Amino acid sequence: MEFSRPVRWLLLLAVLLLAVFPFVGADYYTELVVRIMIFGIFAMSLDLLIGFTGLVSFGHAAFFGLAGYVLAIVTPESSGVSLFWSLPLSILASGLAAAIIGWFSVRTTGIYFIMITLAFAQMVFYYFQEAVQWGGSDGMFLFFRPTVTIGNTVILDLEQNRTFYYFVLGSLVASLLLVKRLLGSPFGRVIMGIKANESRTRAIGYATFYYKWVSFIIAGMLAGLAGYLEVTHTGTISPGYLAWHESGIVIMVVVLGGLGTLYGPVIGAFVFVVLQDTLQDYTSHWLLIMGILVILIALFLPKGVTGLLDQILYRQGIQNTNNEDHGHQDHRT
Amino acid sequence: MDLTVFLVQVLNGVQYGFLLFLVSSGLTLVFGIMGIINLAHGAFYMFGAYIVFWLNGVLGNFFMAILLGVPIMIVLSLVIERFAISYLYQRDHLCQLLLTYGLILILNEAQLLIWGSDFYSVPVPEILSGRIALTENQDYPIYRLFISVVGLLLAGGMYLVIQKTRLGMIVRAGASNREMVEVLGININLVFSIVFSVGAALAAFSGMIAAPVSSVFPGMGNGILIVSFVVVVIGGIGSIKGAFIGAMLIGLATTFGQVLLPNLASMVVYALMAGILVWRPQGLYGRTTSS
Amino acid sequence: MTPVILSTQDLTAQFGAISAVDFVSLEFRQQQLHAIIGPNGAGKTTFINLLSGELMPTTGTIHYLGKDISQLSADKISRLGIGRSFQKTNIFPTFSCLQNCLLGAQSRLPHSMHFFQRASRLTDVTERAQRSLALCGLSDRENSIAAMMSYGEQRQLEIGMMLATEPQLLLLDEPLAGMGTIEAQRVIELIQALKQDHTIILIEHDMQAVFVVADRLTVMVNGKVIATGTVAEIRANKMVQEAFFADEVIGDD
Repeated sequence: MEFSRPVRWLLLLAVLLLAVFPFVGADYYTELVVRIMIFGIFAMSLDLLIGFTGLVSFGHAAFFGLAGYVLAIVTPESSGVSLFWSLPLSILASGLAAAIIGWFSVRTTGIYFIMITLAFAQMVFYYFQEAVQWGGSDGMFLFFRPTVTIGNTVILDLEQNRTFYYFVLGSLVASLLLVKRLLGSPFGRVIMGIKANESRTRAIGYATFYYKWVSFIIAGMLAGLAGYLEVTHTGTISPGYLAWHESGIVIMVVVLGGLGTLYGPVIGAFVFVVLQDTLQDYTSHWLLIMGILVILIALFLPKGVTGLLDQILYRQGIQNTNNEDHGHQDHRT
Repeated sequence: MDLTVFLVQVLNGVQYGFLLFLVSSGLTLVFGIMGIINLAHGAFYMFGAYIVFWLNGVLGNFFMAILLGVPIMIVLSLVIERFAISYLYQRDHLCQLLLTYGLILILNEAQLLIWGSDFYSVPVPEILSGRIALTENQDYPIYRLFISVVGLLLAGGMYLVIQKTRLGMIVRAGASNREMVEVLGININLVFSIVFSVGAALAAFSGMIAAPVSSVFPGMGNGILIVSFVVVVIGGIGSIKGAFIGAMLIGLATTFGQVLLPNLASMVVYALMAGILVWRPQGLYGRTTSS
Repeated sequence: MTPVILSTQDLTAQFGAISAVDFVSLEFRQQQLHAIIGPNGAGKTTFINLLSGELMPTTGTIHYLGKDISQLSADKISRLGIGRSFQKTNIFPTFSCLQNCLLGAQSRLPHSMHFFQRASRLTDVTERAQRSLALCGLSDRENSIAAMMSYGEQRQLEIGMMLATEPQLLLLDEPLAGMGTIEAQRVIELIQALKQDHTIILIEHDMQAVFVVADRLTVMVNGKVIATGTVAEIRANKMVQEAFFADEVIGDD
């Protein structure tokens, strides 16, 4: 997977804009951008599954919320914990959960896979909902953000909003580069083969189960990173973060931005967060408008915003729209 | 656990199982015949409960409320089928997921706009409000037995329709072979409309008769939808028989889980699903599919 | 005669009450092209599906180079050096031709769980992919998207992708189906070239082509083997003529 030259320049430009934003934007909007970037990482992790491995997971929020819970659980009320161990621990917890859930679900396909990932995610949701020691349905607070110190020297003070902003930006860029690298690897080739034609991938000698499983675990860990950042950002975690509505929204964001593009989901996160923020000001029933929007995307924009931009930029509209049903790869004769 | 407690739990489990069966049979039919994953199915359950709450208040009669409420839900479901679901027949699962997810958001907000976010209760109808003695010192609410009896009658009715009628034959053929139905020259759109509205009516009816034993509240369809997914997965997509067995298994596992493992009760269901999937990935009565 | 490379013993595939493959015992010898012919529904494709691990046998065994492979999955069988093509074109439609073959070639690595290595730097994989693309005659289509190519080219590509996995034994399921005369001729030449250093099991309806390329023939009817022998023997066989050639050669699809 390679980005085309204009995309590469645009991405570089976007990162530069994001880097100077805290100096020009109001605090409120800087906060909003942090939310967008964290959501972007979360959506990107799901794109690895849906857009590149062909696994439509409907339980991705479980891994997002789980890592957040781990951070909240290990942080005492009096001080922050070191990021050096709490971040790996949180990500590993999500990875472990993804390994267990994936082991059962990845052997199924289609509607079964969707329902099973949803059901398992609900199981994690109910676990935290009923865990009174961790706040039950009210959830928990994080009173101190993680610390980044070596010896007595503070390397990064994440309590400073600007420092945290750059930490999240760094995480976003690192995630993008990491996943891109992953997709350019032998492993990436195989999962993209699975998406294009799984039975054929098996027939030429790949034990596809393991590749799907590992992809599921990696995506779960990346979602864990996003969840860790989210809790650090908001200072709270509750079962709502793991609920299926979150899983639904993140799928919508990935499709809205553009499946199988990596940067598309970040654009999707941008559109979604800004829209949510704007609509919420107008009406408390903003979900009604969101619902209509979701339906319109499903019907008319299956390639998302990036697909739309592609069509406008390259005017390949006809060929692309004919192919838009990703589910039916007809072999043209 | 002594025998009377055991008996009460079995009755509770069976009653919950029948409610689950009514919801999940519609879900599995829509999956099996139309190839559609309908997330909004739980919203029909919720709307059923709200409509019976509303009509019961207006008419003062629970049974009249159901009698009037079911046709309202059938009309609503036909409108949804025509203007949303029918666009999905040729689309992939991801698209179906998104569209029906959008429907949930809209239906949930519609419910909030109409009825607000309060919790309501529906009184048990007078005639069924008593309790019946099980043993010397244990009695049981008649209404819960009523739910089981109605569930049993509907399940039996569905069995007869599916085994003995032309529509049932199409349903049986369609669940195994969609192309065949088309080859037979049957109006597939009509079949789809009937199947979808019957499924919606079953879910709504289930919400209606459940209303007096659970309260009526926003988002009440979500919980039962997800458990119904588990039932369908366990039973095998498209299999009514599987949905029945799955619903009973889950019903009993839930009630006994609450007694035996109170801290892990809601997880028992998913552990059961995981176990069955390892044993049979296509579900108890599912057909092995190539993809 | 060359040694046996693959053999089946009482191989059976049952679907409900029907035996699609019914107690088939056959031997395939190295460096030979062994064609399996028979009317539609004779169980030929099911037989290939059993050999390639797409389908598990109900009873019976398959031995490849002396090893029992009857319970192995498709990916393991591919790794033993058995490649197959499908009756219905089965490629990666969204990939370019080269990418199709790259995925084939890469499957010969011990495993592909390399996450940060650049796949483009696996030079021997790339070379092998290009070589197999050249073999199937698509060198000049490296960057064409598979789904956008003609039907015949897609069939060629499928053979190329299979060759990239460096198989010793090829299972070809109707490689000429649906092809025009010129395209078919190209594929027949390709098969003849492959015959030089591969063992091939071929299912084909085009009898003219089969008689030209095959060393041995097996006739299957209703899941059973009714005759096996050289081309001349089969042509002379009365039973075969009655059971199969009488109406099938003319009324073939």
